[in-house]
Amino acid sequence: MRITQGTFSYLPDFTDEEIAQQAQYAIDNGWPLSVEFTDDPHPRNNYWDMWGLPMFDLTDAAGVLYEVNECRKAYPNHYIKLNAYDARYGRQTTALSFLVNRPEVEPGFRLERQEGPGRVVRFTTYPYALDKPKGDRYGS
Amino acid sequence: MTDRWAAGVIPYAEMGYWEPDYEPKPSDILCAFRITPQPGVPPEEAGAAVAGESSTATWTVVWTDRLTDHEHYQAKCYRVDPVPGQEGQFIAYIAYDIDLFEEGSIANLTSSIIGNVFGFKALKALRLEDMRIPPHYTKTFQGPAHGIVMEREYLNKYGRPLLGATTKPKLGLSARNYGRVVYEALRGGLDFTKDDENINSQPFMRWHDRYLHCMEAVNRAQAETGEIKGHYLNVTAATMEDMYERAQFAKELGTVIVMIDLTVGYTAIQSMAKWARANGLILHLHRAGHGTYTRQKNHGVSFRVIAKWMRLAGVDHIHAGTVVGKLEGDPNMIAGYYDTLRLNKVAPDPLKGLYFEQDWASMPGCMPVASGGIHAGQMHQLLHYLGEDVVLQFGGGTIGHPMGIAAGAAANRVALEAMIKARNEGRDYMREGEDILKAAAKHCRELDVALATWGDITFNYASTDTPDVVETPTSI
Repeated sequence: MRITQGTFSYLPDFTDEEIAQQAQYAIDNGWPLSVEFTDDPHPRNNYWDMWGLPMFDLTDAAGVLYEVNECRKAYPNHYIKLNAYDARYGRQTTALSFLVNRPEVEPGFRLERQEGPGRVVRFTTYPYALDKPKGDRYGS
Repeated sequence: MTDRWAAGVIPYAEMGYWEPDYEPKPSDILCAFRITPQPGVPPEEAGAAVAGESSTATWTVVWTDRLTDHEHYQAKCYRVDPVPGQEGQFIAYIAYDIDLFEEGSIANLTSSIIGNVFGFKALKALRLEDMRIPPHYTKTFQGPAHGIVMEREYLNKYGRPLLGATTKPKLGLSARNYGRVVYEALRGGLDFTKDDENINSQPFMRWHDRYLHCMEAVNRAQAETGEIKGHYLNVTAATMEDMYERAQFAKELGTVIVMIDLTVGYTAIQSMAKWARANGLILHLHRAGHGTYTRQKNHGVSFRVIAKWMRLAGVDHIHAGTVVGKLEGDPNMIAGYYDTLRLNKVAPDPLKGLYFEQDWASMPGCMPVASGGIHAGQMHQLLHYLGEDVVLQFGGGTIGHPMGIAAGAAANRVALEAMIKARNEGRDYMREGEDILKAAAKHCRELDVALATWGDITFNYASTDTPDVVETPTSI
């Protein structure tokens, strides 16, 4: 399966040039970028690991792309996303966020059902990869 | 000048309701009414009558006014302007002291402002065009249960409009078949599906069964995509007790969102907004019935006023027009509604029908929903007119796809992402829209088929409710 989190998951994976264009759009809007990675892609996992701090003072998309590629080298089989943050009053939240790296194989999620009274079913979404410890989940 | 306190009937303008020198206080509630006086009634007198009848006055002088600080409680008509191009119509500006209204109550506010006065015989017609709600009063309302920013963080979806679809046919599907539509649409790529306004708990499908099947569908789609999905479970019912019961069950099943209809009334809406904040569920409002009083320009209440009331009342979503779809909507007027719902400070703009500045005093924004006759081939126009903080709902444009519902959903999602990508890359997406969609369709057969099916469908009719300023473009 293909996890479709992020702004552009329904398009073919972006080239480095396309990633840089989106980074430039964020920079032009005054939105600092940040790179995050994880091997727990549960849809409610809000806290992916941070690849350093948000790049508040960076004004060059090439620098952003460099950090994306460094993160890819360190975690080739993790999910990696690039976020742009809008700190303006009234927003103070993420403005854009899209995946820039995926594991080679994405096993997806198991849907567990706990049957209760009155036909009520309690659902749990469980990433198959989570059976393994952090760091071993999608191969090396 | 007549004796103000002589028993009998004297003109409203002479009772203190017409005060052309009045300077509104920052804490006053201001209204712009479009008035059409009966023949022979001077516009100032008609404006004063509206001020009087929507505040302290009755038809005759009463001595008991003198037991109060009556000037304080009298609404004051302070300006009357003729409407350009509409003979016999005037805009009357009226100021109300904040003391006239109960804190945090839409019911109380509206019982004054749109109470008896709308049936007043001295006027042929009356329309509430706009209101300025001062921060002093705004701060007494809860406001959206979560608001746009919290909703995005809750759903983990950024940088693009959200996508939805209303389950069709509206009536008649069994719960099991209904859930199938929800499942296909969500797994195909939509963020939300929706109950229609008139889906409550009918003989063909009771609410309890619908909720169970819809939540099975939502959870299945979530597991297949790794994304958070939602179905607006309509909790509209005959009584508050029924609504709370349904909302509580929806929450226990794990839904992220519930919905109500405008027909439940202002007090029920405020109650559900309070419930939604306390229980962590997004609250969607379908504006069922609003066209009965918002559409005609000489009588009723403008939708921009309803939008203001609903942001105060505390809904997170409200249907606010599409510009390009099948339902009424002049592009400038819709821009005014969207600004009213989303911005923190809204400047007056006659072209958008905005008569006053509106300062929301940090009250979170309310997500507008665009629904009714829209399809993937209009994606560039939708993004241009409606922006990014909006739910685009393609009901027929998803479910009617020749390859199936999931294919319809995927076509919409691909079209949207391709358009956002192009915009961010600096392309003139409004002009190049069709090319951008065609290029995206090369790697997405679902979109290719959608464009072939609906690409040239448009709804170009003149709008009824347009701003009365110099130029009034009514179609695009």
